[in-house]
Formats: sequence, structure tokens, C-alpha cells
Amino acid sequence: MSARPSDASPTRDDILAILDTVMDPEVPVLSVRELGIVRDVEIHPAGGVTVVVTPTYSGCPAIRVIEQDITAAIEAAGIAGVTVRTELSPAWTTDWIGAEARAKLKSYGIAPPATASSGDLVQLFRHRPPTQCPYCDSFDTELRSEFGSTACKSVCWCRSCRQPFEEFKAF
Amino acid sequence: MTIPSVLPASPAPVHDELELLLRLGDDRLILGHRLSEWCGHAPILEEDIALANVALDLLGQATLLLRRAGEVEGKGRDEDALAYFRDAVDFRCCRLVELPRGDFAFTIARQFLFDAYAVVTLDAMKRSTSAELSAIAEKSLKEAKYHVRHSGEWMLKLGDGSEESHRRVQRALDDLWRFAAELFAADDVDARLAASGMGPDLPALHAQWNAIVRDVVGRATLTVPHDTPPSPHMPSGRRGMHTEHLGHLLAEMQIVARSHPGARW
Repeated sequence: MSARPSDASPTRDDILAILDTVMDPEVPVLSVRELGIVRDVEIHPAGGVTVVVTPTYSGCPAIRVIEQDITAAIEAAGIAGVTVRTELSPAWTTDWIGAEARAKLKSYGIAPPATASSGDLVQLFRHRPPTQCPYCDSFDTELRSEFGSTACKSVCWCRSCRQPFEEFKAF
Repeated sequence: MTIPSVLPASPAPVHDELELLLRLGDDRLILGHRLSEWCGHAPILEEDIALANVALDLLGQATLLLRRAGEVEGKGRDEDALAYFRDAVDFRCCRLVELPRGDFAFTIARQFLFDAYAVVTLDAMKRSTSAELSAIAEKSLKEAKYHVRHSGEWMLKLGDGSEESHRRVQRALDDLWRFAAELFAADDVDARLAASGMGPDLPALHAQWNAIVRDVVGRATLTVPHDTPPSPHMPSGRRGMHTEHLGHLLAEMQIVARSHPGARW
């Protein structure tokens, strides 16, 4: 972190730059900003900073660690009075993950999410466009399970390179 | 409605909003716990992971709902205090979610009936007059939609599968049907919540639930059991009248927190 005179209050951009260095603990190639978890930053005139976050999934076990990491990173830059506030609405969606972050996911070996769909309450055996294998780029793949090693990932199988791979669920 | 004196004494509800949050939160806490019992025991690895994932979502939703319940109650109880330091009579979950997990067919059938109930009620509660409840419903609905896809697809696979899987899931449906009726047996609290726009209009949503369930059950080549119409006179977990199974579940779920109150790790 670049040195900053301690008497100057941090700007919103200062805080955003710090948050760019806070990585998601379960997908460590994406920062919490790239993942779309950070919704807002409030600089208080009397001193102190509030970071507004939204959870990915209701039961995401990483959310507490993420909050601690955010607080620790900002405090490490010499800024006191950090609070993290959670807001649930609007609900997090993978559509907030940008093109650059999607490319990082793919090179990390996780197929990036398709566009999240809303639609009917009950959609059984829905047709979905095939996911591209992050290893060999083939579209000859199949979904093995919508549930994977973390809430945000499903498990696919590539028939071309005959490897299992994870896909970031469109959500 | 006059409540007969044989009912277990339950404290007067602080108010309807708290009651609603406890009903919604306790359903998910108890069902999440039941599902977590499959961890390490499911028939195939993918299902072990799937059921644990769904359990985690339900526990996350229960956390949000019970935390809000504690705020509304205003007595300083957080979600952990409500989960670990209430006795069975103070729980407001429906009896459907308390039943032992049974075999895989029973777990899937129960999950499907609940998931269908969850999507129709959460979809309605996105428009709740409570901003907090509306936000929780919006978030939870996204999860409930893939839960019902998972349990619904399994209903088709088991019902239209082997003779054995068909027999087992039909038996589960027959055993569960009367408990599912409780989901839509609205009492005075539900009626006031629906009228105020805070809670779901259960009698109105019952038709939507029926359409979803009957469609899937039919496609699964299963038979819809003889109907048990919802009635305010049936025993109800919503009023603290539970099956014998809830106490046993709570004993296991609460023992660590009660043995070591305030412990941190």
C-alpha cells in the first residue's frame, strides 16, 4: 500500500483501490470487487469508513472471513473506524462479474458463469447452452451436478479432453 | 377459534411479525439440520454434496430470518440464542420438516413438497410490506428455485425409475401428504399477516402449490394421495404442537451450545 499522510482523510478511490487487493478466499483469483460483493463505500466526514457488502449465497461460509479481510486490509493502510454493513437487496447475481474477471476465472480452470436467467419458479431438466471447457475450449461438455465444492460452483465433464471441471453457476 | 386447554402452553406471541419470522426461520433451521444428517451417508457422492449444499443454503436463510426475529423481538436474543436455547414447544416449524430423514426417497419427496411451498411463498413475499422480509425473500427465492429443480428432477427419476424406486417414493408421498396439508392451514396469525401485506396469503397460494406438485407427481407416474384438506383444527407445529421427533433432534442439535454456553472457537 502506498504511503498516505495520516492526517488526510481517505477518498472513495483510495478505499476501492484497497478493496481491489482483497481476494475471495474460495476463488483467490478474483477480488471482492470483481466478484460483485462490494456494493458501496461510504466515507464519513467525521472519520471512518463503511463498506457495504452483499453475500453471494445465504449460507456462504466465507462471508465472515471476507468481512474480516476487508476490515484488516483497510486498517493496514492506516485508516481507522472501519465497519462492514451487509445489504441483501438487490440480491447478488453472477451477472455483476465483468469480462476481465471472467477471463481470470477461465485461466484459473473454472468455466465462467452464463447469463443468469429468471423465469418460471419450477424449471426441470431445462435446456442450457453447453458450457465451454476451460482446459480445451470444447463445447462437447455435460453438466454432472449443479452442486460442487462450494455453493457457487457446479461440476461438469468434458467429453473432448475427458476431464471434470468446475463451472461458476449462473445465479 | 378457541384453543382447547390440552394444548401445550406457549407464550403469547410478541406480535405477528415475530411469529412469521420464527415460522419461516424454524422451518429452514430444522429441515437444514435433517438434510445435514445425510452428510457422508448419501447414496452417491454427487448427492452427498448436493444435500449438504442445500442444507447450507437453508441454514443461511434461517440465520437471516432468526437474526431479524431477534431484532423484532427486541430482547437481545440473536440467531444463535433462538436456535440453541429454545425448547421444542417454542419452535414454530411445521411438522413436515421434523420427521426423521427416512430413506433417500422419503428425503427427496419431503424436500420436493417443501421446496414447492418455498418457491410460491418466497415469490409472494418479495412484495412483503416489510423491507427486511422482502429482501430476505428475494435472496432466498434464487436458492429455492434450484432446490426445487434438484428435488423435482429426482421425483421424476425415482417415480419413473425402477419398480423399487417407484414403490419407495410413492410410499413416502403417501406418508407425507397429510403433513404437507399443514403448510397451508392458515390460522388467525397468517390471516392477519396476509391482510396486512406482510405475510403470504396461504389459502390463495395453495392452488399454485397444488398445480406444481400435481404436475410433477403425474409426470413421475406417481399417484397423488387422497386429499387431506388444510384445516385450522389439525395439530400444528405453527402453534408449538410438534411430533415426538423434534425434541430428539433438538437434543442433538443444541447439546454443544447448552453444555458450553458462550463458547467460541
